[in-house]
Amino acid sequence: MSGPNSSYDPVQVTPLGEEQVFAMRDEALAAIEAAADLEALKQVRSDHAGDRSPLGLANREIGALPPQARKDVGMRVGQARGAVNQALAARQEVLEEAAEEQMLLTETVDVTLPWDRRSRGARHPITTMSERIADTFVAMGWEVAEGPLVEAEWLNFDALNLGADHPARTMQDTFWTEPAENHVVLRTHTSPVQARTMLTRTPPIYVVCPGRVFRTDEYDATHSPMFHQVEGLVIDEGITMAHLKGSLDHFAQATFGEGITTRFRPSYFPFTEPSAEVDLICFVCRGSGLNETGDATCRTCRGEGWIEWGGCGVVNPRVLVACGVDPERYTGFAFGMGIDRTLMFRHGVEDLRSFFEGDVRFSRAFGTEI
Amino acid sequence: MKAPVSWIREYVDLPADVSVEDLAARLTALGLKLEALEKPGADVTGPLVVGRVLTMDPEPQKNGKTINWCTVDVGAANGTGQPQGIVCGAHNFAPGDLVVVVLPGGVLPGGFEISERKTYGHLSAGMICSAKELGLGDDHSGIIVLPADAGEPGDSVREYLLLDDDVIEFEINPDRAYALSLRGVSREAALATGAMFTDPAARNVPAPNGEGYPVEIDDLEGCPVFVARTVSGFDPTASTPRWMARRIQLAGMRPISLAVDVTNYVMLEMGHPIHGYDADKLQGTVRVRRATPGEKLTTLDDVERTLDAGDLVVVDDSGPIGLGGVMGGATTEMSDATTNIMVEVASWDPVSMFRTGKRHKLSSEAGKRNERGVDPTIPEAAADRVVELLVEHGGGTAGPGVTKVGTAPTSPVVTIPASLPARITGMDIEPATVIENLTAIGCNVDGDETLVVVPPPWRRDISDPFDLVEEVARIVGYENVPSVLPPAPAGRGLTQGQQLRRRVGRTLAGAGYVEVLTFPFVGPEAFDTLELGADDVRRTALRLANPLSAEAPLMTTTLLPGVLETLARNVGRGTTDVAIFEAATVTLPHVGIASPILPVDRRPTEGEWDDLNKALPDQPLHLALALTGDRDPAGWWGGGRPVSWSDPIETVREVAAALGVEVEIRTGSAQPWHPGRCAEVFAGGRSLGHAGELHPRVCKALGVPARTAVAEIDLSALLELAVAVAPAPEFSTFPVAKEDVALQVAVEVASEDVAATLREGAGPLCESVRLFDVYTGEQVGAGQKSLAFALRFRAPDRTLTEAETGEARAAAVALAAERHGAVQR
Repeated sequence: MSGPNSSYDPVQVTPLGEEQVFAMRDEALAAIEAAADLEALKQVRSDHAGDRSPLGLANREIGALPPQARKDVGMRVGQARGAVNQALAARQEVLEEAAEEQMLLTETVDVTLPWDRRSRGARHPITTMSERIADTFVAMGWEVAEGPLVEAEWLNFDALNLGADHPARTMQDTFWTEPAENHVVLRTHTSPVQARTMLTRTPPIYVVCPGRVFRTDEYDATHSPMFHQVEGLVIDEGITMAHLKGSLDHFAQATFGEGITTRFRPSYFPFTEPSAEVDLICFVCRGSGLNETGDATCRTCRGEGWIEWGGCGVVNPRVLVACGVDPERYTGFAFGMGIDRTLMFRHGVEDLRSFFEGDVRFSRAFGTEI
Repeated sequence: MKAPVSWIREYVDLPADVSVEDLAARLTALGLKLEALEKPGADVTGPLVVGRVLTMDPEPQKNGKTINWCTVDVGAANGTGQPQGIVCGAHNFAPGDLVVVVLPGGVLPGGFEISERKTYGHLSAGMICSAKELGLGDDHSGIIVLPADAGEPGDSVREYLLLDDDVIEFEINPDRAYALSLRGVSREAALATGAMFTDPAARNVPAPNGEGYPVEIDDLEGCPVFVARTVSGFDPTASTPRWMARRIQLAGMRPISLAVDVTNYVMLEMGHPIHGYDADKLQGTVRVRRATPGEKLTTLDDVERTLDAGDLVVVDDSGPIGLGGVMGGATTEMSDATTNIMVEVASWDPVSMFRTGKRHKLSSEAGKRNERGVDPTIPEAAADRVVELLVEHGGGTAGPGVTKVGTAPTSPVVTIPASLPARITGMDIEPATVIENLTAIGCNVDGDETLVVVPPPWRRDISDPFDLVEEVARIVGYENVPSVLPPAPAGRGLTQGQQLRRRVGRTLAGAGYVEVLTFPFVGPEAFDTLELGADDVRRTALRLANPLSAEAPLMTTTLLPGVLETLARNVGRGTTDVAIFEAATVTLPHVGIASPILPVDRRPTEGEWDDLNKALPDQPLHLALALTGDRDPAGWWGGGRPVSWSDPIETVREVAAALGVEVEIRTGSAQPWHPGRCAEVFAGGRSLGHAGELHPRVCKALGVPARTAVAEIDLSALLELAVAVAPAPEFSTFPVAKEDVALQVAVEVASEDVAATLREGAGPLCESVRLFDVYTGEQVGAGQKSLAFALRFRAPDRTLTEAETGEARAAAVALAAERHGAVQR
């Protein structure tokens, strides 16, 4: 038989009186407040909010009460349980936060521990400098030309107006290959790339050619049998020395900074006429020849105010003829600089041999771009 | 070329406001580049005076030397007027002689400070000087004994000794041979300052006559002009005047004897080489001809030379007596007994001079000038000047005979539009300026719009219109060239190959490798060390005719010697963990044809162009890797991971992946790798090279650490396979089904082969096969290994059923069993 309990005994329900329920609630709330950690709170939850807790038992007994008592007691017990659950949730949050904080604290590490878990790689500064120079000219619309290191004598010399009996041939001490009658040399400059370019392209030609060259120089702090040059060549209608100066000034600024210009001095190269040496205004002292404090000579230019940078000139018409370019229609200019040398004074490299010894500490200092 | 400024002033009336520094700068701007500015005499300071030796007491010393205790009258120069006591070690003087005395307070070259000091038991107050101590030459045989006219005791002796001068050293370019003389430098100095120039070669000379020394020229092309003069009764003991010796010394040559010094002095003055013979040693007619091959001549430097048919020789009845224009012969050399002199001033063909100099490896002051070309119109003037100086300072009589054979070649005529200098230089240069400037350098100029120009005879370098453009431009001033960017057309940027090479470098740097650049020179021993087989193609290397080192005469065919040497250097310097790479060309010669020397007056034909290129060796780009030590360093996180055979293989795969190329790794066998740890890298159906561990014997031989790992691949070939435009991938988004398979196979079976078989057997539903474990040990037994693969399956259009994946897996295992005897574990 279901239905309300007919044998309502008011004595029996005394424990569910207001006082008792409030006492249960307060006891529970005090226990919650006293719970020091999540583990203790778990116990408190079971002791004061579980099915077998006083309030849980009280809740079960509500059903046994006569209908007239049920409402009041139900509300009282319900409110008490609600308050307890709310307090539990709040305490849970607080304790969780504290527990996380504690965890983070214990996980603290010494982030200054040395790392270098992987050794650092690097590209060679000559490679990155060559690329930087190439990029400067590519940005102007020029292209990058290349040629072989072991080269035909005719392209390295004859085509460049350096005939077999030209005294200037001794200016560039050449590595010859055997047998001599094959006329094959290690290129002494990047200029044969000029000849190759003229012979394989039609003007207008705007190219830059960085590359490796060889001369029979004994190896010391300032000489090497192998070094690197960058050559520029322009063949077009109406080209003048002014265009040469403009290109080199731009090159100088792109490499050494705003306001760095060049100056020409008359010189001699068989493949150019007129020919000039190019000097760069010292990018450290800006031409003053003095150090920062003005009390000693500038270390970079050794007090000259200018730095010798390379050679240049108007392409000799004899070269144009040998390379199949019409000298009546076209003129051109060419220039050449040492990449190694440029790096030496741009970065203060004291000894040329640093480039070729391959000490990883050297290249690493320059990273992967320059 | 060193030019004393006092000597320049003799021909140019330099303006007073032009300092030496200023003059050097102006000449540099004109094309005579300042090499160094010397101020001889500047390092001698303080009282330097004439002294008269009053007394001189020799005092033998215990050390065996004898010193002289002298009193010297230095007038009032010492402030007391009393004789100065000086200890002197030299003995070439006597009381009464005038000597050079530096008093206390003076400083000699080298910062040598003179003070009163106790020595050999005396208080020596000053020093009696030798020429060397004053920086006046090498003569240290004794102190300077001055002639009576040098001055009175106490007079300053600086001026008398010509101690002070300024010397500008120029770097002379090959086209400015005329500037290898005071005549040429002074002419430029006049041009630089606007001052008047007096030509030392402009002399009234006696006309040639038939009475001179008999000379004949057989080869007028090789020797177009020969002038001979004689001096008789010359005093061979006469000394060179101080001014001449000093100038020769300041110009960088060594005074030798009056007769030799005069010929050198006039060469420096006018730029024309001169040769003097002991006329008494000449036998009969002097003749110029080409040498007979095999003919012998002992030159002045006491070297017996075997002559070539191309050499020009001066001969007399005795045979060759000089290598014309380059160096005289020993048999007719002037000596300290020569009293009769024959002076030769001859013009020579520059090309012949250059060849002879090169052939006999002879470099002389005369040869240097003759091979660049000297003024052929001045031999008579030069010879006359020599005779004048010989007679003036050495006595004797000028012979009445004047021999001149041949005529000076004429200068070429160059035609140039007056507008050309402006058109080429980009400067505004009026035709009038062009004419004015060309005239200023000595040209004869005719015309107004089109100029007909005859260059002066001393400018044998000028033959083309552009040569004249440079002359005009340098006088107008290179500093006036404007700066204008040329209007380049739109460029195509870097080529794919250029971009990819950068990508390879960046990939390797990202993988922890450091790039190195090594010399390509090796010796055959390098190939022996790598244990290359006798028939290994890498032994066929291009040989240099003139290597820097006899031990390394070959152009390398492999980058390994270079990178391994570099690796060893790093280890030797204490860097124990090294990973390096080099990307460079190697030289692979093929049985070649000769590269033709083509004409230069036209473009090569296509056939000629092909021949030029065919003659060159193959020069592919290679990539080499070398590693040692820890690949991943040890640290607080744990132990390091030592470099293994697998690292270079992995890196090659990484590089290939960066290029979008799939490489296949197969078991390989090549020197110098460990026979069991060598992988061969394939791509595009061809072998690209090898990677793995270096052979232990090779490690030992090269002095690199054991277990060093290396790779070398043909990077050119790999770059060719690079994917230019990567196609977008298609992939399924349905769930993946994973299956692991463990297979037991014989240890010799390559895992990559098993993986390929699984891929094939599993069919199209198989997405990937990845080896995740290798086990050898008791559980699989000797000679066996267990390979664990993770297989992933997926269909493009549906979720696979267990049955489908199971079937594909079974098929894969079955094929592996069939192919490799694999047993599933």
